[in-house]
Amino acid sequence: MASKLVKNAVGRLVPTEINGKEQVPFKGIGKYIPKGKKAAQPIVSSSQFPSNGNKIVGSLKEALIQAGISDGMTISTHHHLRNGDLVANELFKVIHEIGVKDLVWFPSASFPCHEPIIEYLEDGTINRIEGSMNGPLGKFTSQGKMKGTAVLRSHGGRYQAIQDGEVHIDIAVIAAPTADPFGNANGLYGPSACGGLGYALADYRYADKVIIVTDNLVDFPAMPMQIEGNYVDSVVVVDKIGIPEKIVSGTTRITKSPDRLLIADLTAKFCDAAGLIKDGFSFQMGAGGTSLAFGNNLHKIMKERGIKARFAVGGVTKYLVQMLEEGTLDYILDAQSFDLDAVRSMRENENHKDISIFHCYDYHAKGNYTTMMDIMILGATEVDVNFNGNVVTHSDGYLQHGIGGWQNCLHAKNVILPIPLFRDRIPVIRDEVTTLCGPGELIDVIITERGIAINPRRTDLIEKTKNSGLPIKTIEELKDEAEKICGKPAKPEFTDDIVAAIKWVDGTVIDVVKKIKE
Amino acid sequence: MDKIGTAGNKGKSVRSDCFVTLEITESKGISIDIKSKVGKLFGDSISKLCEDELSYFGIENAKLTVEDTGALPFVLMARIEAAIKKVIQTDKQYVPKMLPENVYQTERDRFRRSRLYLPGNTPKLMLNAGIHKPDGIILDLEDSVAPDKKEEAKILVRNALCQINFYGAERMVRINQIPSGLDDLEYVVPYNVNLILIPKCENGDQVLLVDKKIMEIKAEKGIDYPIYLMPIIESAKGVINAYEIATSSKNVVAMAIGLEDYTADIGAPRSKEGKESFFARSQLVNSARAAGIQPIDSVFSDVSDMDALREVVIESKSLGFDGMGCIHPRQIKVIHEAFAPTEAEIEKAKKIVNAFIEANEKGLGVVSVGSKMIDPPVVKRAQRVIELAISTGKLSENWRDDNGE
Repeated sequence: MASKLVKNAVGRLVPTEINGKEQVPFKGIGKYIPKGKKAAQPIVSSSQFPSNGNKIVGSLKEALIQAGISDGMTISTHHHLRNGDLVANELFKVIHEIGVKDLVWFPSASFPCHEPIIEYLEDGTINRIEGSMNGPLGKFTSQGKMKGTAVLRSHGGRYQAIQDGEVHIDIAVIAAPTADPFGNANGLYGPSACGGLGYALADYRYADKVIIVTDNLVDFPAMPMQIEGNYVDSVVVVDKIGIPEKIVSGTTRITKSPDRLLIADLTAKFCDAAGLIKDGFSFQMGAGGTSLAFGNNLHKIMKERGIKARFAVGGVTKYLVQMLEEGTLDYILDAQSFDLDAVRSMRENENHKDISIFHCYDYHAKGNYTTMMDIMILGATEVDVNFNGNVVTHSDGYLQHGIGGWQNCLHAKNVILPIPLFRDRIPVIRDEVTTLCGPGELIDVIITERGIAINPRRTDLIEKTKNSGLPIKTIEELKDEAEKICGKPAKPEFTDDIVAAIKWVDGTVIDVVKKIKE
Repeated sequence: MDKIGTAGNKGKSVRSDCFVTLEITESKGISIDIKSKVGKLFGDSISKLCEDELSYFGIENAKLTVEDTGALPFVLMARIEAAIKKVIQTDKQYVPKMLPENVYQTERDRFRRSRLYLPGNTPKLMLNAGIHKPDGIILDLEDSVAPDKKEEAKILVRNALCQINFYGAERMVRINQIPSGLDDLEYVVPYNVNLILIPKCENGDQVLLVDKKIMEIKAEKGIDYPIYLMPIIESAKGVINAYEIATSSKNVVAMAIGLEDYTADIGAPRSKEGKESFFARSQLVNSARAAGIQPIDSVFSDVSDMDALREVVIESKSLGFDGMGCIHPRQIKVIHEAFAPTEAEIEKAKKIVNAFIEANEKGLGVVSVGSKMIDPPVVKRAQRVIELAISTGKLSENWRDDNGE
């Protein structure tokens, strides 16, 4: 990596060039305002497509060849099938057979089920991943085994990169639980139903070529048209696109861990003390056990006091559906459905709407929903004494997770991180995060089982909760408490090789991940 | 002595623990092999700890393997010590330093509504026990520890008493049944234990044995803090001797009943309604009250059913018990809530306490509410109700000012 390193606005040294492309170092929140026109798809003519509306081709291989697959292309997939996805692995197996090389895989997220793709990274079929690297792929990347440099983006950042031309998708391969021969598709029906397909929106609107892969072909028109066939080049029918029980959990569950329940309880009490639970408020929480327990507490408070929330964005589980159906919540805006109740509710409930990343997270949209949200519940692998957060690496230096919507969500009004003070002997609050994914000025409150730290910038929250009886401490006090219990951990050792770049929501480089010394 | 000593736990569900294998060798010095989940961050410090401890016990040639799932230093120390004691004969102990915040004493009649049992050989359950705010935390050396793990559990419990902050909960240890439980006392008495639970207690002599042994250790170590006793009655004989047990020593501050063993002893299946134990529970309450100590109920074993637990606690309170055992932190809150006084009880207690304070201010010897005279035990009871109400958040600490009465 010969590229020059410069110090960005959060003090991290980042390269000015990655994978041969010039980079802008992070300049500060909302400071980078690129100009020009958004990217667009090539002009096509409907006269060149079958007049009977039947775009079915015999196989994925045929479809890829028809789409003109060649060396160096960028191929995208979405992650609505989560850890049950069978399409991405099959896709690269077929591409390997075709024999093209040096591709960029551009998934909206990857999962442990994608471990077989390591083989194609090793043999040069794939040059690099620009997306998320979970589990085995993260380890592979951290060991410096990927040919190109990985690029990690938030969900919103992925949309941004597509729109401003930073990433051009040559071929989008979209797994669709239901589709018709014209290419209209949705995720609501079929054996691999997953709810919405919002993560594929940018892909099919901006890719040169769009291939739909389905295991549930229906006659035209497939309704609802979450994906509109007018953007689609070809449709491939296969036996199976996913493993249902790994796509959505039959049921998501509240944590049983007493420690996490305590954290969830403190979180609800904090929101209450800070006056955030009031008529017409909005919130977003994940599907993790602690978040769900928080949601349960929130729901209890709302029912007791007759408070109604206006909207919730998700990551939707049965707990949000319960609120909607019991009348404590007006609208669910669903970017991703996590369990079967969520999928059912999206089919049945008028006020449960599928939305896309464009609506909630996109940097190049004319505003987005996240900045309007009152309560935002997020996680982190590490936080530092300046409230900076890390979600991609663990304290041992290995890349383990994608950014997901995390960076985008930081823009909400009150960002609250309920996290344990330490995990197995590893303190969560550090002097400095291993990888800086989100600047501290956007993270407002850290809630642990041993106390709550409020960002000193939020004098309003400090004032409102000072007589609440809640265990409010400084973040340094929490850090000291953890180190007293666990000991002070050593820092992992890295080489100088950059293995991954972490992008901010606007496309600038906020940090890098280096190769681990093993 | 064995040539190879092992201690600790390993396996899929094990966390915050380690498994140590120590082999004494003839020559070649010390070799240490650490396989740790947190090796990148703590590998060097674990190595150092191993070296220091082996050297403390004078071991010069050995092969030590540590399979670590994130054990805290006091756990590592305990496991290594336990392994060492399987391969060499030594009276030395490698005790971690006592946290200053763990040096506190308790009072005879403090609240003992909830006491949380922690298996004495499972570190992961110990670390966060205090944050759930039980009135007492029991490090258990008895039934929750397998027979072949008793020795290492003693060492772990000793280290836990030194190093885990229980945030003000009464620090309790349940020793093994007498007489073998007497040996456990060496490991806990010198380490600021507040209360010893004596299991399967059947007569006053057993209590006296424990009391005597504690006094000997205290004298030897120059300890002057009080160590209270809570005998647990778990047999028909124990129930018959309840009053004798309750009055056997001035250090007995509470007496508990263990229904699992008791029902087995009388040959009745343990039922949900608990008819079969009604006599024993009443006998225990009556004996404890007669002796001026706290009667404490058994545990409720279905940790997922909070509604059933609540019913049991309400019944327990109605029989006269002051507290119950917990086997899961989730039970603590339910138990505290159910033992909390009702609104009516609080109102009545406020009237009595107010009358008492006013009588004192006026220098009157007799307390009366309306036309009724109030006896001192009733005043004391009312004061207790007020304290309980305040501690469960049902009444403000400044309730007399708030009401302007």
